[in-house]
Amino acid sequence: MEINDFIQHFAEQFDFTDSGEFKADTVFKQLDEWSSIVALSVISMVDEEYGVTIKGDDIKLSDTIEDLFNIVQSKA
Amino acid sequence: MDYNPFSLEGKTILITGGAGGIGSEVARVCSKLGARIILTDIREEALTMALDTLSKHEGKEHLAIKADLTDADELNGLVTAIPEIDGFVCNAGVMKLVLTQFITEEELKRIQSINLNAPILLTRSLLKKKKINRGGSIVFTASAAGVYRVSIGNAIYATTKCGIDAFMRTVALEYGHKGIRCNSVNPGMVETALISGFTEEEKEKEMLNYPLRRFAKPEDIAFGIAFLLSDASSFVTGSALKIDGGMTLS
Repeated sequence: MEINDFIQHFAEQFDFTDSGEFKADTVFKQLDEWSSIVALSVISMVDEEYGVTIKGDDIKLSDTIEDLFNIVQSKA
Repeated sequence: MDYNPFSLEGKTILITGGAGGIGSEVARVCSKLGARIILTDIREEALTMALDTLSKHEGKEHLAIKADLTDADELNGLVTAIPEIDGFVCNAGVMKLVLTQFITEEELKRIQSINLNAPILLTRSLLKKKKINRGGSIVFTASAAGVYRVSIGNAIYATTKCGIDAFMRTVALEYGHKGIRCNSVNPGMVETALISGFTEEEKEKEMLNYPLRRFAKPEDIAFGIAFLLSDASSFVTGSALKIDGGMTLS
């Protein structure tokens, strides 16, 4: 599992946020476009791309994209 | 006079079931209102004929793409082949009259696959691949059947259309913040090949339920769809528009 791939998949769940905004240390909940629908979209993306089931709590516990990546990796 | 809030000028519109009675009429009406049309259907010859009837615009070539939307590869191929769109008319559908006790699993699966699964999966792919532009409009051809009334022998069709109604409202809820609207038209009987399963006697009896004393013509439905595709309906989302000559009033 590659963090750059993960960041790219993560970024694809957004429509209006500039792709340059997405980095490993991006605090994603501070992005203007972040919403509960995007959160649901990220959960489905992780399931589809990595075969890993994450929950709302996993997102709640993550500040950066890398935090979430580490959780996904630990469950893979 | 240039005033026309119903214009589809500058919009590209994908229509499934584009060779059928309603689909081909929607394509004609939308092309007359200025849209570029992408027609798709499983019936290749009828598709080409429907394409030939569209109003031509300079620099905007209409497209016809044959696809069986119940086949995952063909569905994905269609989504890949088309440009970004401003309107999606999800119209393909089939009907078979059969009493409940004679429903077979095979027919149930076939009709569900065309009327319900393919629309859901195609909508999913268009949204996922970001093919629908901001300000775009999705219109399902649902039905009065299932959503507003049921009738003898029509359980499978009515069930699928009820499913489309729920799906339409869910998509409206999920994608409103992206500026994408989603609505349906809900016709009663329309004079197309789809109702050829009814006998003349059945049709005459059924017509008594229509206060306007006729069935819909395909253009009656096409005008409703064109309204929902146009910016005239830009504050309308999650709505099921009955176009049934008053049939469901009593």
